[in-house]
Order: sequence, then C-alpha cells, then structure tokens
Amino acid sequence: MSIRDRLSGNEAIATAMRQINPDVFAMFPITPSTEIPQYFAQYVADGKVDTEFICVESEHSSLSACIGAEAAGCRAITATSSAGLSFMNEVLYVAASSRLPIVLAVACRALTGPININHDYSDSMAERDSGFIQIYAENNQEAYDNYLQAHRIGETPDVRLPVMICEDGFITSHALENIELERDEDVRAFVGEYHPEHYLLKSENPLAVGPYGTSPYYMEARVAQAEAMKNAKRAILEVAADFERTFGRKYGLFEEYRMEDAEIALVLMGSSAGTAKAAVDELREQGVQAGLIKIRVFRPFPAEELAEALKHCKAVAVLDKSEGFSACGGPLFAETAAACINLDRRPKMVDIVYGLGGRDFTVDQAKRVFARLGRIVETGEIGPVYTHMGQRDLREEAQ
Amino acid sequence: MMNMTEIRWHGRGGQGAKTASLLLADAAFMSGKYVQSFPEYGPERSGAPITAYNRISDERCTIHSNIYAPDFVVVVDETLLESVDVTAGLKPEGAIVINSERSASELRPLLRGYPGQVFTIDAGAISRKHLGAYFPNTPMLAAIVAVSGCVDREDFLRDMESSYRHKFAKKPQVVQGNLDCLAEAMKEVKE
Repeated sequence: MSIRDRLSGNEAIATAMRQINPDVFAMFPITPSTEIPQYFAQYVADGKVDTEFICVESEHSSLSACIGAEAAGCRAITATSSAGLSFMNEVLYVAASSRLPIVLAVACRALTGPININHDYSDSMAERDSGFIQIYAENNQEAYDNYLQAHRIGETPDVRLPVMICEDGFITSHALENIELERDEDVRAFVGEYHPEHYLLKSENPLAVGPYGTSPYYMEARVAQAEAMKNAKRAILEVAADFERTFGRKYGLFEEYRMEDAEIALVLMGSSAGTAKAAVDELREQGVQAGLIKIRVFRPFPAEELAEALKHCKAVAVLDKSEGFSACGGPLFAETAAACINLDRRPKMVDIVYGLGGRDFTVDQAKRVFARLGRIVETGEIGPVYTHMGQRDLREEAQ
Repeated sequence: MMNMTEIRWHGRGGQGAKTASLLLADAAFMSGKYVQSFPEYGPERSGAPITAYNRISDERCTIHSNIYAPDFVVVVDETLLESVDVTAGLKPEGAIVINSERSASELRPLLRGYPGQVFTIDAGAISRKHLGAYFPNTPMLAAIVAVSGCVDREDFLRDMESSYRHKFAKKPQVVQGNLDCLAEAMKEVKE
C-alpha cells in the first residue's frame, strides 16, 4: 500500500536512505546534493536510523570512508555533486575495481567553468568510465524508486559493483512534486539485509582489498570487472521485475515513449524526457509519428536493446546534456551511434548539446528538434551532425 | 494539459517567495491535486530578485521547464516592478497580484501595457497587524488562492490550520496570528 506524499528529489532520496537504514553514511556537503545528508542528519538525531554518520573533510574522504566500511562488510552510502564527484574520481575507480557495492547519490550539476551550481551531466558523464553502474531519474518518484533498487543491483553476487543514483540538480533535487512512497517495512523486506560472501573482517576467511596487481594479474581483474558490468544489465532487469511485482511501478534499461511506430525520435535523459513527452503528445495529435527513448541506465549501456528500439526509425536526434569536447558530439551520442553501427538499416542520427549549466529546456525546443528531424526525413539531407541548442548569439547581441 | 494552473512568483531573497510557493503546493496537494513547486536559483544573496514557480493540475505534469506563459503572477516586492518584466508572458485572461499599499489603478501604468486583471494587497500591513513583523509571503499566499481559485477557500484555510499546528507544534501561540493573516488577506485583496 503506497503512501501519497509530496517531496523534493533530495528528500525522496533521503527518505529511501532512512528506510534502508545503511550501516555507514560518510558525508561532505556540496550544492545541490547537500540536503540529502542534511535530512539524514535529522534522522540520525531523531533516532530513526542507527547508521554511523561520519562527517569527513572532503569528498575524496567521504568515498574513501565508504570504501573502508564496505570492505569491512557494511552497507555504505554517500551523496555528492559536481566538483565533489570530480574530487572522488581517483577513489571511484578504487571502489569499483575493489568490487564494493557502495551506493552514491548524485544530484547532477555542471562542472567549472564558469563556476555554476545548476544542472547538467558534466559531473556524472566525466565518471562514465569509472566502473560505477549509473542509473538516471526523470523525477522525484524515479529517483526514489531507483534508490530502492540500487543496493540489490550492486550487491548481486556476480555483479558486486558500486552504483550511482543520479537525479537532475535543482530541477529534480529541489522541486516539490507528488510521490508514492512505500511503507518502511515493505522497503526493508524488498531491499533485504546485506550478507557479503567476502569481507575484510571475516575471521574465518580473511581477505586483502586493494592489492598491487602486476602485469600478469591486472588484466584478469579488469576483464572480470567488465564481465560484472555485463552481468549488471541482467541484475538491473531482475530487480526491476521484482520491484514491479512488489510495488507496481515498471522500470527497464530505458523507457520507450510512443515508440511503437515512431519515424522520428529523441534519445535523451532525465527531467528533459518528461518535458519532451509533452512535445511528443502534441505532435502525435497532429498525426506526426514522433517518439522518444529515455535512457535510465547509462552504465551498463543498453546497446543491443537500444539498437533494436531505434532500428525502425528514419531519423533520430540524441540530446546530450554535457559537452564532451570531442568536437564531434557528446557522450550519449557516441554511445547511441556505436550501438546502431551494425544495424543493416540505420536511422540518420544527429547530436544536439543543450541545457548546459541549467539552461532551460522547453516543450518548444523539443518540437523544434522534431521539426528538424522531419526535414531530414523529407529531404534525405542530414545537415550538420553536431550542434548546440539554447545558447544566445552573443555576436548578434553585441551589434 | 487540461485543468493546469501555472503561477510565477517574483520576490527578493529572504522574503519567502520560495516558501510561499511550497506552501501553495502543499495546500493544493492536500486538496487532492498534482503539484510542482520549484525555485529558479541565481546567485543566492539576500535581497536579490528570485523567481519561483507552481504548476497545479489534475494529472501528473511531466513538463519540467520554467513557466513562460503563466496564468497568474505574484509580486511579493513591488520595487521589482521597476527592474523585472513581471508580466512577461502572463496570459491576458489571467491576473497579477502585487504586494503594495497602492491601488491597482496606480500600479497599472508600471505594468508595461498588461491588459489583464491587476490585484493589490497591502501584505506588509496585514502581516504587521497579525504577526507583528514583515512576513509578506503569508498574506500573498492567501491572496493568490483567492484570486486564482486553484484551491477551494474553505479547504485552504482548514488545511493551512492543520499544517500550521504541525509546523508550529512548539510555538502554538503563533498559529492564530497566521490564520488571521490568511483570512484577512483573502478578504482584502482588491482589483
């Protein structure tokens, strides 16, 4: 029986954390994720959790503390954003390669510079190769639901990888919306207790964590880690299926919105997908066969499934909310294009970088992208493959 | 989307526009609606212009952009009329509610030709009378409920009472002042 409530994305995530009652929360604040440890500190003060709440001196330390705790057999969590995630960079790789299923909540925010506190995916995309599973949310409900699934995914025995639960900074983290919460006891029954097979403090079978891996050993460890990431795809779907049976809300690797006969489609992530759904609905009413795919799981990337979902489209626009400075498109475009490379008939595909540093994304912008896709289908001319959208023309303004 | 009300708040950092937007969402939520309340953050400085938004609807709204064509605009600080285009995109069939000692006809010339309804309310005086201090957001909240009709008046006053009793559990003496503030503001807001 769900509970009707209204919460911001940050409070929704903090609520999930309270319900799960992890062993350790190591925290260092940074906007816009700060409210998560702030709410959690209140739960600690009110005796609603018995978590060891550690205030450390940096994000490098918060994740390091989680690594120590998780290696000792605990469930350990933290939260961060932007420069905080960048400062964790070194230890993100340690967590993943040590196969420690830490859960890290990220309220995604732009990276410097110019200095900016608002949303884009510069921070999380910069860590796409760290070995963390990455799951993204459209709104507060999905942020909560993804968090409830995170521990089980990461702790699956043939996965054992850390998980980033990503929400859009401010747009989701600070927006109050309706939400269906689950009861504490139902959440605890769903998530279960953590009983790792191996951990540092297991006296009958002691374990070394983070050893030196010389050339004869290093590659085997990396291949095993790569296999674990492949297994994560299956684990994510299994946990989602159980989540749907238990709580009734359905999740996959991505969401297909009105894709059944779509000729033109967007591939995008997060809150923008919700905004673009309104554009799809309007266009459908006018008879335009428009659809969209919202990527929920970016790591592991659902390449085969995405290719299957896009193969009947004539033209696709990938919307990247981070500039990868590759000079040929953002990271979501690179992955989507690679996913489709072996299709016999591929859609024409363009990349649009948008929404950087909190630049607003509107229903009208989404409609303009669909109009451009319509022209590509009509003329067969793809035009520029990699462009930006939503920026002002400063030269024009100067005149 | 059918039956969606979109509201834009203009205030200055520290005046509680964001909080008022949250309280309006709370009241609409309690009356069974789907709600959004979100601020637009610039540099976080006391006194800097800030914007907050509400969407109130019968179904979940998936749009997460800012609001460019609001049904209603609330101006918590009238000095903003000089520097911010508060009526930008405001629907002519909608309305603007301004915290001011002045009348609607005195303020209309400052509204860049906005043809719709203009309401004013002296939120400062009402707040000082009932709360003993300048908290304009509480009267402005009641004023927008009265003007927009997005929440039933009786439901609103009842739900706010229960929410104040919860919020001020340790300061029950301030509950009545806040309720009087809301009730007077609903009466006093004038076109």
